[in-house]
Amino acid sequence: MPEAILEASGLVKHYPLTRGVLFKKQIGAVRAVDGVDFALGRGETLGIVGESGCGKSTVARMLVNLERPTAGSIKYKGEDITRLSGRALKAVRRNIQMVFQDPYTSLNPRMTVGDIIGEPYEIHPEAAPKGDRRKKVQELLDVVGLNPEYINRYPHQFSGGQRQRIGIARGLALRPEIIVADEPVSALDVSVQAQVINLLDRLQDDFDLSYVFIAHDLSIVRHISDRVGVMYLGRIVETGRDAEIYDHPTHPYTQALLSAVPVPDPEAREHRERIILHGDVPSPANIPSGCRFRTRCWKARERCALEVPLLAVPAGFRYDTGPAVHASACHFAEAVSVT
Amino acid sequence: MLLEVRDLHVEFRTRDGIAKAVNGVTFGVDAGETLAVLGESGSGKSVTAQAVLGILDTPPGRITGGEIQFQGQDLLKLKEQERRRIRGARMAMIFQDALSALNPVLSVGAQLSEMFTVHRGMSKKDAKAKAVELMDRVRIPAAAARAGDYPHQFSGGMRQRIMIAMAMALEPALIIADEPTTALDVTVQAQVMDLLAELRRELGMGLILITHDLGVVADVADRIAVMYAGRIIESAPVHDIYKAPAHPYTKGLLASIPRLDQKGQGLYAIQGLPPNLMAIPPGCAFHPRCPMAQDICRAEEPPPAEVDADRGSACFYWRETLDA
Repeated sequence: MPEAILEASGLVKHYPLTRGVLFKKQIGAVRAVDGVDFALGRGETLGIVGESGCGKSTVARMLVNLERPTAGSIKYKGEDITRLSGRALKAVRRNIQMVFQDPYTSLNPRMTVGDIIGEPYEIHPEAAPKGDRRKKVQELLDVVGLNPEYINRYPHQFSGGQRQRIGIARGLALRPEIIVADEPVSALDVSVQAQVINLLDRLQDDFDLSYVFIAHDLSIVRHISDRVGVMYLGRIVETGRDAEIYDHPTHPYTQALLSAVPVPDPEAREHRERIILHGDVPSPANIPSGCRFRTRCWKARERCALEVPLLAVPAGFRYDTGPAVHASACHFAEAVSVT
Repeated sequence: MLLEVRDLHVEFRTRDGIAKAVNGVTFGVDAGETLAVLGESGSGKSVTAQAVLGILDTPPGRITGGEIQFQGQDLLKLKEQERRRIRGARMAMIFQDALSALNPVLSVGAQLSEMFTVHRGMSKKDAKAKAVELMDRVRIPAAAARAGDYPHQFSGGMRQRIMIAMAMALEPALIIADEPTTALDVTVQAQVMDLLAELRRELGMGLILITHDLGVVADVADRIAVMYAGRIIESAPVHDIYKAPAHPYTKGLLASIPRLDQKGQGLYAIQGLPPNLMAIPPGCAFHPRCPMAQDICRAEEPPPAEVDADRGSACFYWRETLDA
């Protein structure tokens, strides 16, 4: 991996559950993120996949400091940004920007596109002198493939895909080094999705960006990511390079997830083996003991209830080499090809 | 043929003008067959389904032409009273968003048993027993205990099972499922699609699956109809269309989705945007986005061409598209 530009370790976010009005008593916690470690290399794309409620969006919000972690650290070029405040925090935020999922609610309907994309300059006036801003915004519109003359239009005059381009332009305005994209294409139609993915690909090369790309769609994550982390109930359960995860998954959850993705090839439906998981994801307020996946896992044994599996290369693979050797939080990890 | 839709036209009158949502759609579904209607938002797939079921909002919607033959009857000639008797009993719908499709102030057991008291004239007690039996059949754990629960007390996947149970309740001949798994996570989607396919087989029903997901289609459909700007632009058995699409739009769609089993180098992207339904381009509606468009495409609407005995494509250059 290239030099790490962003490093999260032991990241935790618990939301307290309280009872009572006057004498609030904490009766538990929603453990949305429960110990997440990863590193993002410069110029690299780290994909984080998981189903709803796994904590992936909370991770994204912590990375851009919209949420303060309960514990753990996020180091940007060696500096822990969770402890910063005031001017120092503002300086860091310039370099870590976010692209949101829903292009309908993340753009203020009463602002023109020019004002939306130019707003970061209001907050960081040093990034562009006042007289230059309009020109900069027009350049940004051009960069994301929109007509620079649209600068005075309002968000409702654009389609979903175009709005997402506006959101991306806003994210680029301050020339950040890192972009955290939370489900940036999942609200878009298939034919438009490809346009936006290609745009993100191109911008990464042009502006030397590092991406944290969060999505539930495994195919899109594979397409765009260099490395992938699979999240389940607040933890990363398996992580590795894209081929390691997709072609040689060793964690049962990853295997089930991959096998459940419908493949656009009708010939595959006869010979593809499906792992159908039973039941629903447990509540993050009530996480199972030991391995958190054990309640839905077909391999679960007594040990899984007692001992928390660590995210590391499984003991059984210690003397092996090859793509199956990567970090997987399972006591009984084995490489199975499911795609 | 169980259902035959011929030359259906639907439009919406809005303040800004007339939106032509469905412009001459023709298709059929056999008993026991799964037809996937594939399209992006605004392609007219859901409106077609609503017209078939007779739940179109009128006004602003209006069926301006065509016929819908279902089990030998032209549905468009029936009175609302008669159509209501068909809905639920012989033809049923599964909606995308179960939370808004189910009544939030009635327990799911009550909503399910209503099907039997209204359509079958059962006593409340018998209907309740039937409701529990159905919930059991769609594999809701502890069905008897949960019949008194309200929709918000169930998870998304469980709610969608209840929707399925409701649609299957009276064993209709045809089920229309509008994006039944779009709101669900992939592991839950797999459970629900499995259940739907299994029940469909058991009861021998026809299924119209409305979706934008090419993966789901490949998994369950027998035939596929691709819609664009209110028209079916290609229809074919599912194996043929994935192997060799005969319309540039279908071809573009297939090329533009990232694959799980391989790392692509850059996706093919269809240029431009789907058309505004108030101003559909003349000629072939796809021509402004089509890499193969010629003068004729801008001037004339391509008639459906017979690619094979059971395959059609509304493209002047379907041969070239097939071969390319």
